[in-house]
Amino acid sequence: MPHSKRRAALAAAAAITALPLVLAGCSAGSGGSSDSALTIQDYYDTTHDAIYNGCASDVGVKIKIDHIPYDGLMPKVLQQASSKTLPDVLMLDLPNIAEIAKSGALAPLDQFKVSTTGMADGIVKAGSYKGKLYGLAPAVNTLALFYNKDLFAQAGIQTPPTTWAEMKADAKTLTSGDRYGIGLSTKGAEDGTWEFLPFMWSNGADEDAIDSPKAVEALEYVKSLQDDGVLSKSSVAWDQTAVDEQFIAGKAAMQIAGPYQIPTIQKSKVNWGSVPIPSPTGAPSVTPLGGEGFTVPQTGDADKMAKSAKFVECLNSPKNQEAVAKLSETVPSDTATASEMGKSDATLAAFITAVRTARSRTAIVGDQWPATSKRIYTAVQLAMTGKATPAEALKTAQNEKD
Amino acid sequence: MTLATSEVRPTPGVRAATPPKSPRSRRRSRRLRRYAQWLFAVPALFTILWFFGFPIVKNVVMGFQDYTTTTFYTGVAPWVGFANYARVLGSDVFSTAATNTALFTVASVAFQFVLGLLLALYFRRAFPLNGVLRALLLLPWLIPIIASSAVWKLILDQDSGILNSALALLHIPAVPWLVSPDLALTAVIGVNIWFGIPFNVVILYSGLAAVPSELYEAASLDGAVGWRAFWNITWPSIRSVVSVVVALGIISTLKSVDVILALTKGGPANSTQTLSTAAYDESFTQFQFGQGAAISNILILVCLVFAVLYLLVSRKEVDE
Repeated sequence: MPHSKRRAALAAAAAITALPLVLAGCSAGSGGSSDSALTIQDYYDTTHDAIYNGCASDVGVKIKIDHIPYDGLMPKVLQQASSKTLPDVLMLDLPNIAEIAKSGALAPLDQFKVSTTGMADGIVKAGSYKGKLYGLAPAVNTLALFYNKDLFAQAGIQTPPTTWAEMKADAKTLTSGDRYGIGLSTKGAEDGTWEFLPFMWSNGADEDAIDSPKAVEALEYVKSLQDDGVLSKSSVAWDQTAVDEQFIAGKAAMQIAGPYQIPTIQKSKVNWGSVPIPSPTGAPSVTPLGGEGFTVPQTGDADKMAKSAKFVECLNSPKNQEAVAKLSETVPSDTATASEMGKSDATLAAFITAVRTARSRTAIVGDQWPATSKRIYTAVQLAMTGKATPAEALKTAQNEKD
Repeated sequence: MTLATSEVRPTPGVRAATPPKSPRSRRRSRRLRRYAQWLFAVPALFTILWFFGFPIVKNVVMGFQDYTTTTFYTGVAPWVGFANYARVLGSDVFSTAATNTALFTVASVAFQFVLGLLLALYFRRAFPLNGVLRALLLLPWLIPIIASSAVWKLILDQDSGILNSALALLHIPAVPWLVSPDLALTAVIGVNIWFGIPFNVVILYSGLAAVPSELYEAASLDGAVGWRAFWNITWPSIRSVVSVVVALGIISTLKSVDVILALTKGGPANSTQTLSTAAYDESFTQFQFGQGAAISNILILVCLVFAVLYLLVSRKEVDE
């Protein structure tokens, strides 16, 4: 009796230990679908689905759309890269394209003969890594200066500023009580870098040497806005949404913001206008490009990849560029399409102008953008909180061993 | 005095009604029992090794590798030895993060514990709405930290937060709670104390409830009341509960990252950056997973020290 009891016990033990292994095996291989539907992955909401479906019928494929929350896209992409289950068409935030392209997970688009004629130079650069095009963005955004028309009229300012000196003077006139002349973000995150770049680039400094004299001048200008009391000290904690809230509440007469803020501003009672961001001398300012590009990951299925490339090309056709731009209040990448749209829709005029001279964040530093961005916002934070002078802050950040 | 469970001894003269066993079958049944014991332990052992052991081992190994986004696709992570640790320990932000972690943990746990103990002692009395108030005290613990941090961020806003509005009524000028590098850490510690009090109250309250009231009655006959009763009766009785609460508090505060990320994201100017937020930043913003793992491993070591300390202290108590 003990002998068979032991056998039974051992058999039970084997079954118990095998069960978790079987379950683990079941979940591991969920993998890419073997049917012919293309998987599209992005962080938009369902409003974009109509455009995707339109291109699906144009190209003649079935599609499966996967919307992921904004913060979850990159972790999911990394996980998919390691389990080799990347989607067929992957949307990426522009500065992340270089990072993922470096790993070899994306296919260069020139092998699929995808055309970029008519697109602004900065936009093509934004989707490229080491000279090869990996992602195409149908529509892009950049920064401009929003101003409160009523407050300007009250203060007797006829035209919005075009130079740094004018902007500071106007801000001084507009600052009174608990209202600041201008609002912008100097947060210790990408938002802070994003809103400092127009000042840095327009003055002629580059992001790979942020301790240059021109960069110091730019940071000194932004710091002086705070010292003169026209920019709130809380800007070091504000992200772009918080700045927009200040503008809508009338606590900031001007703000540096992107077109994605237009829907909330239009809902409010603010009588607003927008102009390109002032530059030191009045020449066209240089602002950073934002937006999302569509890429074709390496899935090993040549046929599907070719279809995906056609899909990406369809998404970037002038008709679809306009559709995407209208959905998210952005500017079509094709210069001619953008100008056409500007003729019928005046709200985006300032942005259409700005996109022509806008610059890609990854053009010089490529996949080193996250580290570069960190250096910039660290320096801005050190200077704005008074822990270092602008020159010292930029020097420390540039030499940071990271 | 510990409450040790007494062993059950069979009354002499009564024997179990089983037939006498030969030496061989006795050995076999002992072995069978050993196998059975192992079989019950195996699934639990497997779960612990797979879900806890594997990630920790992988994290330790990652600290010695150059692990970037490329690694996710190619699987290649070059071995770099202690280079990640050297870089992390030599970076400007590490000493700030380490100091902030120490300050954050010590201040949070100390105040959470003291305030929790005071509240638990107070709620030992009977008064109207005692139960209701005790239930309400749990709220900070029940609300998701992300949600309450968002509200605290609005409360602490320099220009329009209600805290500064209240202080303005007392003629105190607006305090830059989350904006000034000198004050931000204090503000974050304050919010964290608010989060941690309910846990301390609940555990300490149940510890206090376990102290027999006869001790207090006997002591009051001898004239020992108030502070003397607390020091000589209450405190020794709840020592084991105190060590649990403090140890758990230290370990969970050391690794807390959501409070700081939601309130200040480590800013302004790294004044609220702790080891855990720095590890998060390195891994998920900079995509330098090797360096993020290095910082996490340092944090694990520190937690381990406190866990061992707790085990030593609690073992000493059992032996008393």
